[in-house]
Amino acid sequence: MNTLEILFYALSAFAVVSAIMVLVSKNPIHSVLWLILVFFAISGHYILLNAQFLAIVNIIVYAGAIMVLFLFVIMLMNVKSDNEPQKKLLVKFIGVLSGGSLLTLLIALVKQTVQLEGKQVLMKEGTIGLIHPLGKALFSDYVVPFEISSVLFLSAMVGAVIIGKK
Amino acid sequence: MTILALDWGFIIEKLIMIAIVVFASLGIALYTTFGERKVAAILQDRPGPSRAGPFGLLQPLADGLKLIMKEEIIPSQANKWLFILGPGLAMTASLMTCAVIPWGSALDVFGRHVELQIADVNIGILYVFAVVSMGVYGIMIGGWASNNKFSLMSALRAASQAISYELAMGLALIALLMTTGSLSLKTIVEQQVQGHWWNVVYQPLGFLIFFITAMAECNRTPFDLPEAENELNFGYHQEYSSMKLGFYLFAEYINMIMSSAIMASMYFGGYDLPFFNEASVAPNIAAMIGVGTLLIKIVLFIFLFMWIRWTIPRFRYDQLMGLGWKTLIPLALFNMLLTGAVILAKL
Repeated sequence: MNTLEILFYALSAFAVVSAIMVLVSKNPIHSVLWLILVFFAISGHYILLNAQFLAIVNIIVYAGAIMVLFLFVIMLMNVKSDNEPQKKLLVKFIGVLSGGSLLTLLIALVKQTVQLEGKQVLMKEGTIGLIHPLGKALFSDYVVPFEISSVLFLSAMVGAVIIGKK
Repeated sequence: MTILALDWGFIIEKLIMIAIVVFASLGIALYTTFGERKVAAILQDRPGPSRAGPFGLLQPLADGLKLIMKEEIIPSQANKWLFILGPGLAMTASLMTCAVIPWGSALDVFGRHVELQIADVNIGILYVFAVVSMGVYGIMIGGWASNNKFSLMSALRAASQAISYELAMGLALIALLMTTGSLSLKTIVEQQVQGHWWNVVYQPLGFLIFFITAMAECNRTPFDLPEAENELNFGYHQEYSSMKLGFYLFAEYINMIMSSAIMASMYFGGYDLPFFNEASVAPNIAAMIGVGTLLIKIVLFIFLFMWIRWTIPRFRYDQLMGLGWKTLIPLALFNMLLTGAVILAKL
């Protein structure tokens, strides 16, 4: 085991444990805080893949902005575990069933799309996660999807303002 | 065992540097509280703290001792772990910024070439940004865990203020990054050392926006809405006592030092002493002069922060949001377009 492998396993264990804690925590605020830790672990993986830019953007956008909004909503609505109505057994069963089938589907898809056997992840090398190659790729090869998604964001923003004004 | 094949000298060097930078920032923050009280006193035409030691110089130590000796109180209805986590997070987030600030060029110590920067990462500025956005959690978690509606209100205010002003700050930064072409703080400073002018000459409007947003991010008056005593009793740290309260107050001063250091590095040449040829003296002496120059710039910025605090009254909350969204963001966008047009014309 070299340093990279040790870091990889430590980060993975950290991510999985935090993700389980998101689900297990009774208090929604605790869930959000564990979710922030998951994002940190994922950023750690990005850094192992030499994608520093992706890592830091992941922290700024997800852990820094979106999770703050999550916290905001939960704090304002004052969601507590004890006054939350308990779901029926049937609903729980259906939830487990649909979640399980989604997981199976995803695993099957990943197994089908690429030949994973004997492949190794490139660690500490590659440049696609750095700012120059990423910017070049976004504004040359992927410029149309990029612009379309920015229009999507703009329309969402306008919609939010209109709903807020009502 | 490949795991032990590390450059131990490198690790020890970095650990020593981290210790020096952290303790130096804590020490400066301690005396910034003293400076704040003296500046306030001068602006209000009174002597200020003058009893403890010569010129009152031992006052911060007395303040610190008083904070430590106070009783630790955790409210019975508070969420205990998060209540303790809050101030810790606030302090950690404000100290983490110092990792990417270039404090000087390089020293030669016992044949080792020591860069006076903890980590020269290629995403330096964005790292600062990420840490700033983490800082808001300390306030939010502390305010919520106190189980006090004034604390919660204040925490929500702090969070919405931080998010709103982060946008304008980011847009002001983009214009600067367009001229420098690099995200690394070391590269940005070196460009200014080598070039003719500091970045503030190319980006005056960008600097102004950055300065205002930095003031808002540090929760300094006129943007200290989260601590508006007359509306919120005391703010998000109302239920805190002893050193946990001290951590919150201290984190604010460290934030001020760090944002001064960032502004000095990005817009005012960092460790560059103007009209002085670094090559004319020994490299080690030049590096020490650079560190001193940066510290002087930081002190000047901190003084500016204090001067504004004791001169301008606090905004109203809607004025604060209006300034952020309706004035600073359009201005920053305009600045960005202008910079882009100039760069395009120069090509």
